[in-house]
Amino acid sequence: MARIQLTDLEKQYDDVLAVKGIDLEAQDGEFLVLVGPSGCGKSTTLRMIAGLEDITSGTLRIDDEVVNDVPPKDRDIAMMFQNYALYPHMTAAENMKFGMKSVSDFSSDEIDQRVEEAAETLDIADLLDRKPKELSGGERQRVAIGRAIVREPEVFLLDEPLSNLDAKLRVQMRAELLRLHEELDSSTVYVTHDQTEAMTLGDRVAVLDAGELQQVAPPQELYDFPANRFVAEFIGEPAMNVFSVDIRERNGHYVADHAGFSISLPDGEGLDTASDSSVSMGVRPEDISLASNLPDDAETFAVETTVREPLGELLLLHCQLGDDEIHVKVEPRSEIQPGETIEVGFDEDRLHVFDARSGDALYHSTAPEPTKSEAVATE
Amino acid sequence: MATTTDTDSTPVDESRTISQRLPDNLGMHVGIILSVVAMAAPLLLAIVMSTQTTSEVYEVTNLGLGSQGLSNYQTVLSEYRFTTYLLNSFVMSIIIVVGKVGISLLAALALVYYELPYERAVFMFILLTLLLPVPVRIVPLFQLMADLGWTNTMLALTGPYIASATAVFLFRQHFMSIPSSLVETARMSGIGPATFLFKVLIPMSKGMIAGVCVITYIYSWNQFLWPLVAVNDKSSQVVQVGISYLQGSAQAGLTPWGLIMAGACIALLPPLIVLIVLHRPLLQTFAVQRK
Repeated sequence: MARIQLTDLEKQYDDVLAVKGIDLEAQDGEFLVLVGPSGCGKSTTLRMIAGLEDITSGTLRIDDEVVNDVPPKDRDIAMMFQNYALYPHMTAAENMKFGMKSVSDFSSDEIDQRVEEAAETLDIADLLDRKPKELSGGERQRVAIGRAIVREPEVFLLDEPLSNLDAKLRVQMRAELLRLHEELDSSTVYVTHDQTEAMTLGDRVAVLDAGELQQVAPPQELYDFPANRFVAEFIGEPAMNVFSVDIRERNGHYVADHAGFSISLPDGEGLDTASDSSVSMGVRPEDISLASNLPDDAETFAVETTVREPLGELLLLHCQLGDDEIHVKVEPRSEIQPGETIEVGFDEDRLHVFDARSGDALYHSTAPEPTKSEAVATE
Repeated sequence: MATTTDTDSTPVDESRTISQRLPDNLGMHVGIILSVVAMAAPLLLAIVMSTQTTSEVYEVTNLGLGSQGLSNYQTVLSEYRFTTYLLNSFVMSIIIVVGKVGISLLAALALVYYELPYERAVFMFILLTLLLPVPVRIVPLFQLMADLGWTNTMLALTGPYIASATAVFLFRQHFMSIPSSLVETARMSGIGPATFLFKVLIPMSKGMIAGVCVITYIYSWNQFLWPLVAVNDKSSQVVQVGISYLQGSAQAGLTPWGLIMAGACIALLPPLIVLIVLHRPLLQTFAVQRK
């Protein structure tokens, strides 16, 4: 177990600032996920923690010790790569043992024993004598994990470890990684571009974009109270609907006006700011319901269905709302056809308002619990 | 053939069966056979001539095996010191192979895995040396060997060939194709450069190393001009120059082609054996092996 602290961490490549001052902390035994689109700096950040990239500025601490200039092997870290990085000419067991002598003072017997234990844990005991090319993708993955855990490192770093697996195996390995994390009780930093992976694995999830940290929060909080428009649209599938609205004060309450609707917003912080500037409103597809499923006094409006996508567990409708297209999730077996006009309304507890220019969240119709939030404002 | 345009179907069928019996690409097969014969002809002639007496060789139409059998070979090996030449050639080639591969591996390691100032320029400079092979540098090189007192020694035979831009280039390209995550994993496990070279890079480059060894071996075995210049003591000479000494044993104005061809055939054997044994990695090196 170890605590990892990143303070104002920056990485400059020749003329590109890849990581722009990240402040982040992973607690003892925490599973922290870094997620973001490609090129957002998540892998670079991970590689700086590993010691594979020099840190341009800022400090990196592991257990309160500054390790900026500590070589990778002395950081007590194990890293797993997307392509597993197994040595092709060595058997699984040799791969796991290779280098053990230089990072630890184990005797050969101890190393053998550890490899056996790790193989037992990962259910690869009978594969130890095979070379990587004789193993399937999932088995290679396990060997790579095995190589990481025999060292019993303080910190695990995983760089998109599931990307090379097929969808079914990915779900299976996801659960296995969680089980393993609990068993080993070490701190884990996990990089992925897949928001589903991030949500399902992370104790907390850090969203990065363009080298900047957007928000760090537990998955549900990230989903319910995105700190800005980027996080709102990145997390969740299909993405949150975001459209411009005007917010006006009427009789002491605030009303959101759009070409297609006009609804009153529950009172909350930030609405007075929002009423002065141009803003966007965000609603997740599942927070839009058919009028028939809403209470009688709910404010509803009409939209025209353009596309119908049956997803099995639900029906996704693309609808025209004024000039904007919105996605609406409805019951899977609804008989709604393209071209039909339907009456819908918002779940008024799940509305979000973002500043149109900066993208910062100005208002959530249900206030987040103040204790957990660790939102980071972007410039 | 199939020019019949009438309604009678039988000849059309026949012509079809004839053309079907012929291979699809007959012209190509004929071409291939001709070029194989053309390429093999000098070697076949040499083998034939190595069994003939000098006078038999001069009968141009006599293309059968000669009356000498293997006695030309015996003469060459026993009377003309070919065993010494062969041994010298062998030692020279082995030293060049080991030295060249060793130095090139280290150079490629440095070029690929270390951050060097002006790395690209250094690599370009190494490639530029391809423009100056030994024959171009032969005079200054001889002067250098003379100044160093290396003439007539194995050092003079091997030294100029140890550094090789081709081998550095091949190893560099191969190392660059090895995923960087392997190096990074090694770094994180605290594996030093020497361990990495011997335990990871060399085992992973076995095919490439074997391929470079084969070409280097054949290349050094076939050196003629430089050994001729650098060595004038017959006991230190190599086999390729040894063949030319056979010419000096001319009797009655007739070149002893039988002996020369026997010598040439003997000189041909060691690289041929290496080639046959190691042809697989050689083909892999140049990526022409069928998968």
